[in-house]
Amino acid sequence: MKTIIIVFSLMMSMWLSLSPAHAAADLEINTPAISAIKNSMQARHAQLAPFYSSGAVGFSRDGLVAVRDAAAVPLAQRQALNSLVAAENKDRNALYAEIANGNQHPEWEPEIRATFAKRWADKAQGGWWVQDGSGWVKK
Amino acid sequence: MKLVYWALPAALLLPACVTINIYFPAAAAEKAADRIIDDVWQLQDKKAAPTAPAGETPAVQPAP
Repeated sequence: MKTIIIVFSLMMSMWLSLSPAHAAADLEINTPAISAIKNSMQARHAQLAPFYSSGAVGFSRDGLVAVRDAAAVPLAQRQALNSLVAAENKDRNALYAEIANGNQHPEWEPEIRATFAKRWADKAQGGWWVQDGSGWVKK
Repeated sequence: MKLVYWALPAALLLPACVTINIYFPAAAAEKAADRIIDDVWQLQDKKAAPTAPAGETPAVQPAP
């Protein structure tokens, strides 16, 4: 009887010490670094949205944005568009890395990126272009 | 002998409980992605805006 109580208490103490790690069902996304990137992307979205609608920019399967039809943009605007896309992708890469690092699992970055790629594509408005396994598709 | 019946499943289950945490939490990641995308594209604001006036309409009901 005594041994059963000892074993039981040992198990309970082990379980209690482990449960906080096990119960972490949500990913931490409220770090200052993540919030800063999010705000930067939110501010840029108004500039990018017309390019999404015109089809000049689409959502690539690696969770980034890409110029898919430069001809849809007047020559004079193309340099600005390229800078905009580069800045957006820099933020996106940093976002995926920050979420992985912020949750103490830097090795999760590719899976986080893949999750985002899928969700950007799913949530994209009608008329926007997304890249699937075979190529560009208009939603 | 009774102790063995207790200890064996415990020895097998506890490490499994710990190991599972190192696997990628796909559902949590999807939820996190949705929250961030909603913020960046401000999708929640658009959804929240029509529901606010709708919640007020029951106040304007025809008198019996």
